[in-house]
Amino acid sequence: MIPKERPFIEPDKFHDLEGVQKMLASCIQCGTCSGSCPNAFAMDVTPRTLWRMVLTGQKEAIFQTRTFILCSSCYSCTLRCPRGLPLTEAMSALKQIASREGLAPYKASTRFYKSFLDSVRRHGKVREGEMMTLYFLSMKNPLLPLQFAPLGLRLMLKGKVGAPFPTRGKRPLESLFNKVMQLENNP
Amino acid sequence: MKYFYYPGCSLEGTAREYSLATTALLAALGGSIEELPDWNCCGATAAEAVSRLLCLALPARNLALAEKAAPGQDILVPCSACYLNMRRAWDKVCHDPATRRQINQTLEEEGLSVSGSTKVRHLLDVLCLDFGADSVFKKLKRSLAGLVVAPYYGCQCLRPYPVFDDPEAPSCMEPLIRATGAKVHPWSMGAVCCGASHGTTKKEVGLALVGEILDDARGADVIVTVCPMCQMNLEAHQKKISKQRGRDLSISILYLPQLLGMALGLPEKDLGLNLNLGIAPGFMEKLRSPLIKQQENKADAA
Ligand code: SF4
Ligand code: SF4
Ligand code: SF4
Ligand code: SF4
Repeated sequence: MIPKERPFIEPDKFHDLEGVQKMLASCIQCGTCSGSCPNAFAMDVTPRTLWRMVLTGQKEAIFQTRTFILCSSCYSCTLRCPRGLPLTEAMSALKQIASREGLAPYKASTRFYKSFLDSVRRHGKVREGEMMTLYFLSMKNPLLPLQFAPLGLRLMLKGKVGAPFPTRGKRPLESLFNKVMQLENNP
Repeated sequence: MKYFYYPGCSLEGTAREYSLATTALLAALGGSIEELPDWNCCGATAAEAVSRLLCLALPARNLALAEKAAPGQDILVPCSACYLNMRRAWDKVCHDPATRRQINQTLEEEGLSVSGSTKVRHLLDVLCLDFGADSVFKKLKRSLAGLVVAPYYGCQCLRPYPVFDDPEAPSCMEPLIRATGAKVHPWSMGAVCCGASHGTTKKEVGLALVGEILDDARGADVIVTVCPMCQMNLEAHQKKISKQRGRDLSISILYLPQLLGMALGLPEKDLGLNLNLGIAPGFMEKLRSPLIKQQENKADAA
Protein backbone atom coordinates (compact mmCIF):
# COMPACT_ATOMS: atom_id res chain seq x y z
CA MET A 1 0.00 0.00 0.00
CA ILE A 2 1.21 3.47 -0.76
CA PRO A 3 1.45 5.68 2.33
CA LYS A 4 -0.85 8.67 2.18
CA GLU A 5 0.82 11.79 0.91
CA ARG A 6 1.30 14.47 3.49
CA PRO A 7 2.66 17.90 2.71
CA PHE A 8 6.03 18.97 3.96
CA ILE A 9 6.19 22.51 5.23
CA GLU A 10 9.46 24.34 5.49
CA PRO A 11 10.19 25.81 8.90
CA ASP A 12 12.84 28.31 7.97
CA LYS A 13 13.42 31.38 5.87
CA PHE A 14 13.40 29.56 2.54
CA HIS A 15 9.83 28.62 3.20
CA ASP A 16 8.19 30.73 0.51
CA LEU A 17 8.89 32.98 -2.41
CA GLU A 18 9.87 35.76 -0.05
CA GLY A 19 12.65 33.56 1.25
CA VAL A 20 13.89 32.92 -2.27
CA GLN A 21 13.77 36.65 -2.98
CA LYS A 22 16.05 37.25 -0.01
CA MET A 23 18.53 34.71 -1.33
CA LEU A 24 18.68 36.55 -4.66
CA ALA A 25 18.44 40.11 -3.45
CA SER A 26 21.83 41.25 -4.75
CA CYS A 27 21.50 39.75 -8.26
CA ILE A 28 22.90 42.15 -10.86
CA GLN A 29 21.29 40.37 -13.85
CA CYS A 30 24.67 39.70 -15.46
CA GLY A 31 23.56 36.39 -16.99
CA THR A 32 26.57 34.36 -15.88
CA CYS A 33 24.22 31.76 -14.41
CA SER A 34 22.36 31.30 -17.71
CA GLY A 35 25.62 31.04 -19.59
CA SER A 36 26.90 28.38 -17.17
CA CYS A 37 23.82 26.20 -17.10
CA PRO A 38 24.08 22.93 -19.05
CA ASN A 39 20.29 22.66 -19.10
CA ALA A 40 19.59 26.20 -20.31
CA PHE A 41 18.99 24.97 -23.87
CA ALA A 42 15.93 23.06 -22.70
CA MET A 43 14.54 25.74 -20.40
CA ASP A 44 11.72 28.00 -21.59
CA VAL A 45 13.01 30.81 -19.36
CA THR A 46 16.71 31.26 -18.60
CA PRO A 47 17.93 31.24 -14.99
CA ARG A 48 18.73 34.96 -15.11
CA THR A 49 15.20 35.77 -16.28
CA LEU A 50 13.76 33.43 -13.67
CA TRP A 51 15.62 35.33 -10.96
CA ARG A 52 14.13 38.57 -12.25
CA MET A 53 10.69 37.00 -12.14
CA VAL A 54 11.35 35.92 -8.56
CA LEU A 55 12.59 39.35 -7.55
CA THR A 56 9.57 41.03 -9.08
CA GLY A 57 7.27 38.52 -7.39
CA GLN A 58 5.65 37.03 -10.51
CA LYS A 59 4.58 33.94 -8.62
CA GLU A 60 2.16 32.54 -11.18
CA ALA A 61 4.54 32.94 -14.10
CA ILE A 62 7.40 31.35 -12.15
CA PHE A 63 5.40 28.24 -11.48
CA GLN A 64 4.56 27.80 -15.11
CA THR A 65 8.18 27.58 -16.28
CA ARG A 66 10.18 24.39 -16.72
CA THR A 67 13.30 26.15 -15.54
CA PHE A 68 13.78 25.07 -11.94
CA ILE A 69 12.50 21.57 -12.52
CA LEU A 70 15.18 21.12 -15.19
CA CYS A 71 17.92 22.11 -12.78
CA SER A 72 20.10 19.05 -12.23
CA SER A 73 22.02 20.54 -9.28
CA CYS A 74 25.35 20.74 -11.06
CA TYR A 75 26.35 23.88 -9.10
CA SER A 76 28.03 25.57 -12.08
CA CYS A 77 25.98 28.72 -11.63
CA THR A 78 26.53 28.78 -7.88
CA LEU A 79 30.24 28.51 -8.41
CA ARG A 80 30.39 31.28 -10.99
CA CYS A 81 27.84 33.87 -9.86
CA PRO A 82 29.85 37.05 -9.29
CA ARG A 83 27.63 37.92 -6.34
CA GLY A 84 28.18 34.54 -4.72
CA LEU A 85 24.46 33.79 -4.56
CA PRO A 86 23.23 30.29 -3.53
CA LEU A 87 21.53 29.67 -6.88
CA THR A 88 21.27 25.87 -6.77
CA GLU A 89 19.67 26.18 -3.35
CA ALA A 90 17.24 28.74 -4.78
CA MET A 91 16.30 26.26 -7.55
CA SER A 92 15.73 23.61 -4.87
CA ALA A 93 13.62 26.01 -2.84
CA LEU A 94 11.37 26.51 -5.88
CA LYS A 95 11.15 22.73 -6.36
CA GLN A 96 10.17 22.40 -2.71
CA ILE A 97 7.39 24.96 -3.10
CA ALA A 98 6.10 23.23 -6.23
CA SER A 99 6.19 19.87 -4.50
CA ARG A 100 4.55 21.10 -1.32
CA GLU A 101 1.75 22.82 -3.17
CA GLY A 102 1.30 19.86 -5.51
CA LEU A 103 1.38 22.15 -8.56
CA ALA A 104 0.08 20.39 -11.64
CA PRO A 105 2.84 21.13 -14.18
CA TYR A 106 5.45 19.40 -11.99
CA LYS A 107 3.49 16.29 -11.10
CA ALA A 108 5.76 13.85 -12.85
CA SER A 109 8.91 15.06 -11.11
CA THR A 110 7.26 15.50 -7.75
CA ARG A 111 5.79 12.02 -7.88
CA PHE A 112 9.10 10.52 -8.85
CA TYR A 113 10.78 12.14 -5.85
CA LYS A 114 8.01 11.05 -3.51
CA SER A 115 8.12 7.42 -4.68
CA PHE A 116 11.83 7.51 -4.06
CA LEU A 117 11.41 8.83 -0.54
CA ASP A 118 8.60 6.36 0.20
CA SER A 119 11.00 3.59 -0.63
CA VAL A 120 13.64 5.10 1.66
CA ARG A 121 11.11 5.50 4.42
CA ARG A 122 10.07 1.86 4.18
CA HIS A 123 13.47 0.25 4.04
CA GLY A 124 16.05 2.82 5.03
CA LYS A 125 17.51 2.25 1.59
CA VAL A 126 16.16 2.52 -1.91
CA ARG A 127 14.99 -0.58 -3.66
CA GLU A 128 15.24 0.52 -7.22
CA GLY A 129 12.61 -1.93 -8.49
CA GLU A 130 10.11 -0.99 -5.86
CA MET A 131 10.69 2.70 -6.39
CA MET A 132 9.74 2.49 -10.05
CA THR A 133 6.64 0.45 -9.23
CA LEU A 134 5.49 3.01 -6.68
CA TYR A 135 6.17 5.75 -9.18
CA PHE A 136 4.09 4.22 -11.94
CA LEU A 137 1.30 3.42 -9.52
CA SER A 138 1.23 7.01 -8.32
CA MET A 139 1.19 8.29 -11.90
CA LYS A 140 -1.72 5.91 -12.54
CA ASN A 141 -0.39 5.44 -16.00
CA PRO A 142 0.21 1.80 -16.81
CA LEU A 143 1.65 2.70 -20.19
CA LEU A 144 4.50 4.67 -18.70
CA PRO A 145 6.72 1.76 -17.74
CA LEU A 146 7.00 0.83 -21.42
CA GLN A 147 9.24 3.81 -21.96
CA PHE A 148 11.63 2.39 -19.39
CA ALA A 149 11.26 -1.26 -20.36
CA PRO A 150 14.36 -1.63 -22.55
CA LEU A 151 16.75 -0.31 -19.91
CA GLY A 152 14.93 -2.18 -17.14
CA LEU A 153 15.25 -5.40 -19.09
CA ARG A 154 18.97 -4.94 -19.64
CA LEU A 155 19.47 -4.26 -15.92
CA MET A 156 17.44 -7.33 -15.03
CA LEU A 157 19.47 -9.53 -17.35
CA LYS A 158 22.57 -8.39 -15.50
CA GLY A 159 20.87 -9.29 -12.22
CA LYS A 160 20.91 -5.68 -11.16
CA VAL A 161 17.32 -5.04 -10.14
CA GLY A 162 15.31 -7.28 -7.90
CA ALA A 163 11.65 -8.25 -8.16
CA PRO A 164 9.74 -5.02 -8.66
CA PHE A 165 7.15 -5.65 -5.94
CA PRO A 166 6.77 -3.65 -2.75
CA THR A 167 7.56 -5.69 0.33
CA ARG A 168 6.82 -5.07 3.98
CA GLY A 169 9.27 -5.02 6.80
CA LYS A 170 10.50 -2.99 9.69
CA ARG A 171 10.72 0.73 9.13
CA PRO A 172 14.05 1.91 10.44
CA LEU A 173 13.59 5.57 9.54
CA GLU A 174 10.05 6.06 10.82
CA SER A 175 11.06 8.25 13.78
CA LEU A 176 13.30 10.44 11.64
CA PHE A 177 10.62 11.01 8.99
CA ASN A 178 7.98 11.71 11.62
CA LYS A 179 10.14 14.20 13.42
CA VAL A 180 11.02 16.01 10.18
CA MET A 181 7.34 16.35 9.37
CA GLN A 182 6.51 17.49 12.87
CA LEU A 183 9.25 20.15 12.82
CA GLU A 184 8.30 21.34 9.37
CA ASN A 185 4.61 21.59 10.15
CA ASN A 186 5.04 23.31 13.55
CA PRO A 187 8.14 25.44 13.35
CA MET B 1 44.53 3.87 6.45
CA LYS B 2 41.12 2.94 7.79
CA TYR B 3 37.74 4.20 6.59
CA PHE B 4 34.08 3.64 7.11
CA TYR B 5 32.66 2.54 3.79
CA TYR B 6 29.33 4.05 2.76
CA PRO B 7 28.27 2.24 -0.41
CA GLY B 8 24.88 3.93 -0.86
CA CYS B 9 21.92 2.23 -2.48
CA SER B 10 23.08 2.35 -6.09
CA LEU B 11 26.22 0.42 -5.25
CA GLU B 12 24.09 -2.35 -3.79
CA GLY B 13 21.92 -2.49 -6.90
CA THR B 14 22.58 -1.19 -10.38
CA ALA B 15 26.17 -0.16 -9.61
CA ARG B 16 27.37 -3.34 -7.88
CA GLU B 17 30.49 -3.40 -10.03
CA TYR B 18 31.52 0.00 -8.66
CA SER B 19 31.37 -1.38 -5.14
CA LEU B 20 33.25 -4.56 -6.06
CA ALA B 21 36.00 -2.63 -7.83
CA THR B 22 36.29 -0.03 -5.08
CA THR B 23 36.67 -2.67 -2.38
CA ALA B 24 39.12 -4.71 -4.42
CA LEU B 25 41.24 -1.72 -5.37
CA LEU B 26 41.47 -0.34 -1.84
CA ALA B 27 42.45 -3.76 -0.51
CA ALA B 28 45.17 -4.02 -3.17
CA LEU B 29 46.46 -0.57 -2.27
CA GLY B 30 46.62 -1.48 1.40
CA GLY B 31 43.62 0.51 2.63
CA SER B 32 41.22 -0.92 5.14
CA ILE B 33 37.48 -0.38 4.97
CA GLU B 34 34.62 -1.35 7.15
CA GLU B 35 31.02 -0.89 6.04
CA LEU B 36 29.19 1.72 8.10
CA PRO B 37 26.80 -0.34 10.24
CA ASP B 38 23.05 0.27 9.73
CA TRP B 39 23.54 3.05 7.18
CA ASN B 40 20.56 4.56 5.39
CA CYS B 41 20.01 6.19 2.00
CA CYS B 42 21.18 9.77 1.92
CA GLY B 43 18.06 10.96 0.05
CA ALA B 44 19.69 11.52 -3.34
CA THR B 45 18.33 14.51 -5.22
CA ALA B 46 14.80 13.54 -4.19
CA ALA B 47 14.89 14.77 -0.60
CA GLU B 48 16.37 18.08 -1.72
CA ALA B 49 13.45 18.65 -4.04
CA VAL B 50 10.89 17.93 -1.35
CA SER B 51 12.16 19.07 2.02
CA ARG B 52 15.21 20.93 3.21
CA LEU B 53 15.31 19.34 6.64
CA LEU B 54 14.80 15.80 5.35
CA CYS B 55 17.63 16.28 2.89
CA LEU B 56 19.93 17.14 5.83
CA ALA B 57 18.58 14.68 8.39
CA LEU B 58 18.94 11.57 6.22
CA PRO B 59 22.68 11.96 5.55
CA ALA B 60 23.27 13.33 9.06
CA ARG B 61 22.05 10.05 10.52
CA ASN B 62 24.95 8.33 8.77
CA LEU B 63 27.39 10.86 10.17
CA ALA B 64 25.97 10.23 13.62
CA LEU B 65 26.38 6.46 13.22
CA ALA B 66 30.02 6.91 12.25
CA GLU B 67 30.72 9.31 15.10
CA LYS B 68 29.29 6.79 17.52
CA ALA B 69 31.08 3.74 16.10
CA ALA B 70 34.61 5.19 15.79
CA PRO B 71 35.14 8.89 16.43
CA GLY B 72 37.51 10.56 14.01
CA GLN B 73 37.47 7.83 11.35
CA ASP B 74 36.68 9.23 7.89
CA ILE B 75 33.71 8.01 5.84
CA LEU B 76 34.61 6.99 2.30
CA VAL B 77 31.84 7.57 -0.26
CA PRO B 78 32.09 6.43 -3.89
CA CYS B 79 28.78 7.91 -5.14
CA SER B 80 29.02 11.63 -5.93
CA ALA B 81 25.37 12.26 -5.09
CA CYS B 82 25.70 10.62 -1.68
CA TYR B 83 28.97 12.45 -1.17
CA LEU B 84 27.45 15.85 -1.85
CA ASN B 85 24.50 15.19 0.45
CA MET B 86 26.70 14.00 3.31
CA ARG B 87 29.16 16.79 2.79
CA ARG B 88 26.37 19.37 2.82
CA ALA B 89 24.92 17.93 6.01
CA TRP B 90 28.39 17.99 7.58
CA ASP B 91 28.81 21.61 6.48
CA LYS B 92 25.51 22.65 8.08
CA VAL B 93 26.24 20.72 11.24
CA CYS B 94 29.59 22.48 11.58
CA HIS B 95 28.53 25.99 10.61
CA ASP B 96 24.84 26.42 11.36
CA PRO B 97 23.99 25.77 15.02
CA ALA B 98 20.24 26.29 14.60
CA THR B 99 20.08 23.69 11.83
CA ARG B 100 22.29 21.33 13.83
CA ARG B 101 19.81 21.51 16.68
CA GLN B 102 16.93 20.63 14.35
CA ILE B 103 18.88 17.76 12.84
CA ASN B 104 19.71 16.38 16.25
CA GLN B 105 16.04 16.51 17.20
CA THR B 106 15.29 14.18 14.30
CA LEU B 107 17.94 11.74 15.52
CA GLU B 108 17.07 11.90 19.22
CA GLU B 109 14.57 9.08 19.31
CA GLU B 110 17.20 6.67 18.04
CA GLY B 111 19.66 7.88 20.65
CA LEU B 112 21.94 9.43 18.02
CA SER B 113 23.49 12.84 17.69
CA VAL B 114 25.91 14.54 15.34
CA SER B 115 28.72 17.01 16.10
CA GLY B 116 30.68 17.17 12.83
CA SER B 117 33.74 15.28 14.06
CA THR B 118 33.65 12.71 11.22
CA LYS B 119 34.96 13.78 7.81
CA VAL B 120 33.23 12.83 4.56
CA ARG B 121 35.63 11.83 1.78
CA HIS B 122 34.87 11.04 -1.85
CA LEU B 123 36.62 7.96 -3.25
CA LEU B 124 38.47 10.17 -5.73
CA ASP B 125 39.72 12.38 -2.88
CA VAL B 126 41.03 9.32 -1.02
CA LEU B 127 42.64 7.82 -4.12
CA CYS B 128 44.37 11.07 -5.05
CA LEU B 129 45.39 12.44 -1.67
CA ASP B 130 45.75 9.44 0.65
CA PHE B 131 47.16 6.95 -1.87
CA GLY B 132 48.28 8.86 -4.95
CA ALA B 133 49.52 7.90 -8.39
CA ASP B 134 52.80 6.59 -6.97
CA SER B 135 51.10 3.87 -5.00
CA VAL B 136 49.39 2.71 -8.22
CA PHE B 137 52.63 2.84 -10.18
CA LYS B 138 54.53 0.84 -7.58
CA LYS B 139 52.01 -2.00 -7.72
CA LEU B 140 51.54 -2.00 -11.49
CA LYS B 141 51.09 -5.50 -12.93
CA ARG B 142 49.90 -4.58 -16.38
CA SER B 143 50.68 -1.62 -18.57
CA LEU B 144 47.66 0.02 -20.15
CA ALA B 145 49.85 1.77 -22.74
CA GLY B 146 47.88 2.01 -25.94
CA LEU B 147 44.66 2.97 -24.19
CA VAL B 148 43.33 6.50 -24.38
CA VAL B 149 41.24 7.33 -21.34
CA ALA B 150 38.78 10.21 -20.95
CA PRO B 151 38.39 11.18 -17.28
CA TYR B 152 34.81 12.13 -16.43
CA TYR B 153 34.41 13.86 -13.08
CA GLY B 154 30.80 14.95 -13.38
CA CYS B 155 29.81 17.66 -11.01
CA GLN B 156 28.82 16.75 -7.53
CA CYS B 157 32.20 15.50 -6.34
CA LEU B 158 33.67 18.88 -7.42
CA ARG B 159 30.94 21.40 -6.79
CA PRO B 160 29.95 23.29 -4.78
CA TYR B 161 32.59 22.16 -2.28
CA PRO B 162 36.03 22.45 -3.88
CA VAL B 163 37.79 20.00 -1.59
CA PHE B 164 40.43 18.16 -3.60
CA ASP B 165 40.46 19.63 -7.12
CA ASP B 166 39.69 22.67 -9.23
CA PRO B 167 35.89 22.62 -9.63
CA GLU B 168 36.04 24.21 -13.12
CA ALA B 169 39.07 22.44 -14.58
CA PRO B 170 39.69 19.28 -12.59
CA SER B 171 42.80 17.21 -13.28
CA CYS B 172 43.31 14.91 -10.30
CA MET B 173 42.46 11.74 -12.25
CA GLU B 174 45.20 12.38 -14.80
CA PRO B 175 48.21 11.27 -12.73
CA LEU B 176 46.34 8.10 -11.74
CA ILE B 177 45.58 7.33 -15.39
CA ARG B 178 49.12 8.09 -16.53
CA ALA B 179 50.49 5.85 -13.79
CA THR B 180 48.88 2.90 -15.61
CA GLY B 181 50.70 3.77 -18.84
CA ALA B 182 47.50 4.97 -20.52
CA LYS B 183 47.13 8.32 -22.25
CA VAL B 184 44.67 10.98 -21.10
CA HIS B 185 42.13 12.05 -23.74
CA PRO B 186 42.24 15.84 -24.11
CA TRP B 187 38.67 17.07 -23.84
CA SER B 188 36.54 19.77 -22.31
CA MET B 189 33.54 17.77 -21.09
CA GLY B 190 35.13 16.15 -18.03
CA ALA B 191 33.39 18.41 -15.52
CA VAL B 192 30.21 19.17 -17.47
CA CYS B 193 27.00 17.82 -15.98
CA CYS B 194 25.50 14.71 -17.55
CA GLY B 195 21.95 15.58 -16.54
CA ALA B 196 21.65 13.61 -13.31
CA SER B 197 18.19 12.18 -12.86
CA HIS B 198 17.07 13.57 -16.21
CA GLY B 199 17.94 10.10 -17.43
CA THR B 200 14.72 8.84 -15.92
CA THR B 201 12.43 11.81 -15.44
CA LYS B 202 13.15 14.11 -18.37
CA LYS B 203 14.68 11.85 -20.92
CA GLU B 204 15.10 14.11 -23.95
CA VAL B 205 17.13 16.67 -22.00
CA GLY B 206 19.38 14.03 -20.50
CA LEU B 207 20.01 12.48 -23.91
CA ALA B 208 21.12 15.80 -25.37
CA LEU B 209 23.59 16.42 -22.54
CA VAL B 210 25.02 12.92 -22.71
CA GLY B 211 25.24 13.25 -26.50
CA GLU B 212 27.56 16.24 -26.15
CA ILE B 213 29.80 14.30 -23.76
CA LEU B 214 29.97 11.19 -25.97
CA ASP B 215 30.69 13.37 -28.99
CA ASP B 216 33.66 15.01 -27.29
CA ALA B 217 34.96 11.62 -26.15
CA ARG B 218 35.49 10.46 -29.75
CA GLY B 219 39.08 9.37 -30.11
CA ALA B 220 39.21 7.86 -26.62
CA ASP B 221 38.91 4.12 -25.95
CA VAL B 222 37.09 4.51 -22.68
CA ILE B 223 35.49 7.07 -20.38
CA VAL B 224 36.10 6.51 -16.67
CA THR B 225 33.63 7.74 -14.06
CA VAL B 226 33.45 8.12 -10.30
CA CYS B 227 29.67 8.17 -9.82
CA PRO B 228 26.99 5.54 -10.46
CA MET B 229 24.63 8.09 -11.96
CA CYS B 230 27.20 9.47 -14.36
CA GLN B 231 28.08 5.90 -15.29
CA MET B 232 24.47 4.89 -15.95
CA ASN B 233 23.72 8.02 -17.96
CA LEU B 234 26.79 7.59 -20.14
CA GLU B 235 26.40 3.87 -20.78
CA ALA B 236 22.68 3.25 -20.97
CA HIS B 237 21.54 5.24 -24.00
CA GLN B 238 24.41 5.06 -26.45
CA LYS B 239 22.44 3.30 -29.18
CA LYS B 240 19.62 5.78 -29.11
CA ILE B 241 21.97 8.77 -29.07
CA SER B 242 24.02 7.35 -31.94
CA LYS B 243 20.84 7.01 -33.95
CA GLN B 244 19.73 10.55 -33.11
CA ARG B 245 23.08 12.03 -34.09
CA GLY B 246 23.63 9.86 -37.12
CA ARG B 247 27.07 8.61 -36.05
CA ASP B 248 28.36 5.76 -33.97
CA LEU B 249 29.05 7.12 -30.50
CA SER B 250 29.38 3.82 -28.69
CA ILE B 251 32.30 3.81 -26.27
CA SER B 252 33.26 1.75 -23.26
CA ILE B 253 32.46 3.26 -19.87
CA LEU B 254 34.31 1.97 -16.81
CA TYR B 255 34.47 3.06 -13.22
CA LEU B 256 37.88 4.49 -12.39
CA PRO B 257 38.66 1.71 -9.84
CA GLN B 258 37.88 -0.89 -12.52
CA LEU B 259 40.52 0.60 -14.79
CA LEU B 260 43.06 0.97 -11.99
CA GLY B 261 42.24 -2.54 -10.78
CA MET B 262 43.04 -3.98 -14.20
CA ALA B 263 46.38 -2.15 -14.14
CA LEU B 264 47.09 -3.75 -10.76
CA GLY B 265 46.35 -7.16 -12.27
CA LEU B 266 43.24 -7.84 -10.17
CA PRO B 267 40.89 -10.58 -11.43
CA GLU B 268 38.16 -9.28 -13.76
CA LYS B 269 35.49 -10.92 -11.68
CA ASP B 270 36.63 -9.07 -8.55
CA LEU B 271 36.25 -5.83 -10.51
CA GLY B 272 32.73 -6.72 -11.69
CA LEU B 273 33.71 -6.20 -15.33
CA ASN B 274 31.02 -8.68 -16.41
CA LEU B 275 28.36 -6.32 -15.04
CA ASN B 276 29.05 -3.21 -17.12
CA LEU B 277 26.40 -2.28 -19.66
CA GLY B 278 28.68 -0.34 -21.97
CA ILE B 279 31.74 -2.20 -23.25
CA ALA B 280 32.54 -1.61 -26.93
CA PRO B 281 33.56 -4.55 -29.12
CA GLY B 282 37.28 -5.21 -28.98
CA PHE B 283 37.82 -3.14 -25.85
CA MET B 284 38.26 -6.00 -23.39
CA GLU B 285 41.02 -7.47 -25.58
CA LYS B 286 42.86 -4.18 -25.40
CA LEU B 287 42.36 -3.94 -21.66
CA ARG B 288 43.67 -7.47 -21.14
CA SER B 289 47.20 -6.70 -22.21
CA PRO B 290 49.63 -9.32 -20.85
CA LEU B 291 50.77 -8.99 -17.26
CA ILE B 292 54.21 -7.49 -16.79
CA LYS B 293 56.85 -10.00 -15.71
CA GLN B 294 58.46 -9.30 -12.37
CA GLN B 295 61.91 -8.31 -13.73
CA GLU B 296 60.61 -6.00 -16.43
CA ASN B 297 58.66 -4.21 -13.76
CA LYS B 298 61.77 -3.66 -11.68
CA ALA B 299 63.76 -2.53 -14.69
CA ASP B 300 61.05 0.01 -15.52
CA ALA B 301 60.99 1.37 -12.02
CA ALA B 302 64.77 1.67 -11.81
S1 SF4 C 1 25.10 35.05 -12.13
FE1 SF4 C 1 24.37 35.81 -10.17
S2 SF4 C 1 24.32 38.00 -10.39
FE2 SF4 C 1 24.50 37.18 -12.44
S3 SF4 C 1 22.39 37.02 -13.17
FE3 SF4 C 1 22.91 35.10 -12.28
S4 SF4 C 1 22.22 35.26 -10.18
FE4 SF4 C 1 22.31 37.30 -10.96
S1 SF4 D 1 22.78 24.20 -10.69
FE1 SF4 D 1 20.95 24.03 -11.89
S2 SF4 D 1 20.54 26.07 -12.62
FE2 SF4 D 1 22.61 26.06 -11.89
S3 SF4 D 1 23.81 25.66 -13.69
FE3 SF4 D 1 23.42 23.70 -12.75
S4 SF4 D 1 21.58 22.92 -13.70
FE4 SF4 D 1 21.72 25.10 -14.19
S1 SF4 E 1 21.84 8.97 -3.35
FE1 SF4 E 1 21.54 7.27 -4.58
S2 SF4 E 1 23.21 6.08 -4.33
FE2 SF4 E 1 23.26 7.57 -2.76
S3 SF4 E 1 22.35 6.55 -1.04
FE3 SF4 E 1 20.80 7.55 -1.96
S4 SF4 E 1 19.90 6.30 -3.52
FE4 SF4 E 1 21.70 5.62 -2.83
S1 SF4 F 1 27.53 14.37 -13.75
FE1 SF4 F 1 25.45 14.03 -13.59
S2 SF4 F 1 25.17 12.17 -12.45
FE2 SF4 F 1 27.23 12.79 -12.26
S3 SF4 F 1 27.38 13.92 -10.42
FE3 SF4 F 1 26.85 15.37 -11.99
S4 SF4 F 1 24.70 15.43 -12.13
FE4 SF4 F 1 25.31 13.71 -10.96
